[in-house]
Amino acid sequence: MSKKLLAGPYLVWMAGFIIIPLGLIIYYGLTDRDGLFTIANVASIATPEHRKALWLSLWLSLVSTAICLALAYPLAMILRNRGVGRGSFIVFIFILPMWMNFLLRTMAWQTLLEKNGVLNGILSFLHLPNQSLINTAGAIILGMVYNFLPFMVLPIYNVLSKIDDDIIHAARDLGANSMQILVQIWLPLSVPGIISGITMVFVPALTTFVISNLLGGSKILLIGNVIEQEFTRAGNWHMGSGLSLVLMIFILISMAVIAKYDKNGEGSAF
Amino acid sequence: MNRLGRFLKRTWQDFYLVLIMVFLYAPIVTMMVLSFNTSKSRTQWGGFTLRWYADMFASRNIMAALHNTLLIALLSSLIATVIGVAACIAINSMKPVPKAVVMGITNIPMLNADIVTGISLMLAFIAFGISLGFKTILIAHITFNIPYVILSVMPKLKQTNRSTYEAAMDLGAGPVYAFFKVVFPDILPGVLSGFLLAFTMSLDDFIITHFTKGAGINTLSTLIYSEVRRGIRPSMYALSTVIFLVVLTLLILTNFAPRTKAEK
Repeated sequence: MSKKLLAGPYLVWMAGFIIIPLGLIIYYGLTDRDGLFTIANVASIATPEHRKALWLSLWLSLVSTAICLALAYPLAMILRNRGVGRGSFIVFIFILPMWMNFLLRTMAWQTLLEKNGVLNGILSFLHLPNQSLINTAGAIILGMVYNFLPFMVLPIYNVLSKIDDDIIHAARDLGANSMQILVQIWLPLSVPGIISGITMVFVPALTTFVISNLLGGSKILLIGNVIEQEFTRAGNWHMGSGLSLVLMIFILISMAVIAKYDKNGEGSAF
Repeated sequence: MNRLGRFLKRTWQDFYLVLIMVFLYAPIVTMMVLSFNTSKSRTQWGGFTLRWYADMFASRNIMAALHNTLLIALLSSLIATVIGVAACIAINSMKPVPKAVVMGITNIPMLNADIVTGISLMLAFIAFGISLGFKTILIAHITFNIPYVILSVMPKLKQTNRSTYEAAMDLGAGPVYAFFKVVFPDILPGVLSGFLLAFTMSLDDFIITHFTKGAGINTLSTLIYSEVRRGIRPSMYALSTVIFLVVLTLLILTNFAPRTKAEK
């Protein structure tokens, strides 16, 4: 009996700081300033500027997720085939940037891409015309890929390194070529890692406001920027909460996908 | 596969590894180089200087933010560890249904987007009448840290053998004494890694802090954000170089030190 009491502090904490806060978002999202029920806040996602922000967020985060996957899978494969154990130095090198402060990583790209930044400096040194790199959708994608790539590498690597070499040898002995082995063995067995990696990149990319703020300038608004501004500048918490509810639908979808494909938590990054 | 083919494959793989490594580290190295640059320009080398480091250590804002960051990381990870370990013991002895419910709720802060967690906590603090400041950052950090502790400790706790704990009780140990003598040593690696994970998550957090901090207080992350939006000063490069080296040292120590000891 006394063991159950140990859960007390945690249960109180969860109720106070996880459940009630989420309840408040739902309450604010579904009421107006007078406290009356309305769906106007959620429906405001359909206004042209909000819709544009949502589509742009979805598009940019999808592109970044695809690029991350395309870069990370071969990388995880090479690391795994080098037979290096988990926690070896070479794996460490590719995971290390993940522990570097997120804002510093974004600031680094600002330095490189700016009008008077390092990349344009190199271009003028080579007598090539300067490019406007910052404040473009491309800069945001670059920032997302750079920031979230390790979150794709790690779960895929974890899943791949659990695959037994003997399975591959068996397939080869039975006459499968490299392509068949990739499509019929590596890919299906690494699905939990891929799905987990996709979610770990897609959700933060979809909801970011920092990367778009620092690398996209003030002209490119993502849905995260819209919500952040409702809370910090415009002061319309009802609208901000309503839009957050829309965002949570996408998060719930990704959670459902994870639950379907990664039942045992094999693809978890930690 | 013939020897040439293998050689080409190996070379191609090395090339790919180097390419990704350059992509990951070029920005960080650029900042390090610029932190020693006398010229404020990002494209001209004006000579070597340590001035920006002196600026950084002299800056009251940066030092206050550093102090807040470390204090919040330490307190939040310690408190989260205590609450989390206690919760694990209780959850472990729960029936399957309540257990699944509690674990499901535990996963919410980990899977939810940081912006939603941050906003929801901000709304709650204002509804509870807690004024935004150091306290609220601390509470917010404890909230998102507890799940990391639970997820690190739970697997270890499941592996422990119940009989040893019961044997200790049979031999006259009280439940608390038996726990600390018998169970705790077994779950200690999980507790430590949970603590370290929580500490790092707290150090790195920006978004949740941004919404729960209120005016007049900064952590390093929020300070960097407001500075960068006004234009990057070279002292920020000095700061990032220092942070990078500290993180590197900490990670090397935690990743490699125990292993080499075990091998000996």
